[in-house]
Amino acid sequence: MCLGIPGEVIEFLPDQPDLARVDVSGVRRVINVGLLVDEPPKPGEWVLIHVGFALSKIDEEEAASALAFLEGIGRAYDDELAALAESRIE
Amino acid sequence: MRFVDEYRDADTAHALAAKIADLCEPGRQYKLMEVCGGHTHTIYKHGLEDYLPEAITLVHGPGCPVCVIPMGRVDDAMHLAAEPDVIMTSFGDMMRVPGSAGSFFDAKAQGTDIRMVYSPLDSLKIARQNPDKRVVFMAIGFETTAPSTAMTVLRAAAEGLENFSVFCNHVTIIPAIKAILDSPDLRLDGFIGPGHVSTVIGCRPYEFIAADYGKPVVVAGFEPLDILQSIYMLMLQLSERRSEVENQYSRVVPWEGNRAALMAIGETMELRPYFEWRGLGFISHSALRMRHEYAAFDAELLFKVPGVRVADPKACQCGEVLKGVLKPWECKVFGTACTPETPIGTCMVSPEGACAAYYNYGRLTRTRVKEASRS
Repeated sequence: MCLGIPGEVIEFLPDQPDLARVDVSGVRRVINVGLLVDEPPKPGEWVLIHVGFALSKIDEEEAASALAFLEGIGRAYDDELAALAESRIE
Repeated sequence: MRFVDEYRDADTAHALAAKIADLCEPGRQYKLMEVCGGHTHTIYKHGLEDYLPEAITLVHGPGCPVCVIPMGRVDDAMHLAAEPDVIMTSFGDMMRVPGSAGSFFDAKAQGTDIRMVYSPLDSLKIARQNPDKRVVFMAIGFETTAPSTAMTVLRAAAEGLENFSVFCNHVTIIPAIKAILDSPDLRLDGFIGPGHVSTVIGCRPYEFIAADYGKPVVVAGFEPLDILQSIYMLMLQLSERRSEVENQYSRVVPWEGNRAALMAIGETMELRPYFEWRGLGFISHSALRMRHEYAAFDAELLFKVPGVRVADPKACQCGEVLKGVLKPWECKVFGTACTPETPIGTCMVSPEGACAAYYNYGRLTRTRVKEASRS
């Protein structure tokens, strides 16, 4: 829950511009990007996600190192990914 | 050793460690607190303490939101979950936290409708799909998760949902740091500031630590090198007799924080006069509750909440661990009666709790690690 996980923005949902489909370690889910109104991400850009909300934009290098950190954590990240895979907010 | 085997920048780490050692004044002992549980995790996993000179001690702080929830609030949540037609929803981290009569998992096994969710938005969806039920979201976390709860409440209000509410247990990091600074138990020299909380609140709120208490703060990232770099920045400030707030994690943390997130919190929530923290006791203005404009989404007003204070189990020393007075392994029940499988205290429940992190990774002794890194 406390982990910030990096996701790549794939696309925005057509009729809900505050929702975006992202790819997190191969898991594709919809998250809310409403907290990034000041600097909305574009498809192909990376965001740091907390409990279904993008909290900050990050560059690809930071995304890779955040991912390496999370994969090193092991079970906590597996649990987080499993929870994300179950998430259906749209 | 893990660090050398797994980390691509081992040479940089050793170079940083040497620079840190050079900054130590002979005969002086340094205590630096890492506030965030994520940092604690990195420190234990990579054995960072073994890279540091003996004069530097890292003290683990209260920044694990699951760990600071007092037993009474868990009991209150269990009471809410047992109300007629209620579906309780919770992050997975919270499911194993023991109250005085068991955890969410125990209650779920006995038939109470408690569901694990990834996001408060999942709770909202459950509410939409179950109009004849009352869906409660067990909201926990620091300023990192509070914006998500706030945005979800705003969404519920916009949709006019009447069967969704929040049991708000959000806490704020600054009063906890202040309580630790004011505590007579511990003399600290500086702070490794939390990373993700700071993406929301920015760096400015830490300025009182530097200005009023004369202690340096460096907001840090989560990689081993980030933490070593931050320790170096703290030690440099101390050696130059400076106390400032610096941002080592500027690639993610903006100095001003996230304006939209702060606005969402401010719109829906306000500070409580006081709140109980496990181990730290009651701290003024240290937690959030729903504003009265959003009373329709406040589970504490919609349901009768017992609000009884429950003392922690006698054997449990989470309080001392959370304040940094005890190291995890110095607790009487660490690794014996209290393990991640059967936790007594909250610090063993969450993967970011200091006890769980140490239990999982802290098996190497200082000497063995030093020998391994030389070979």
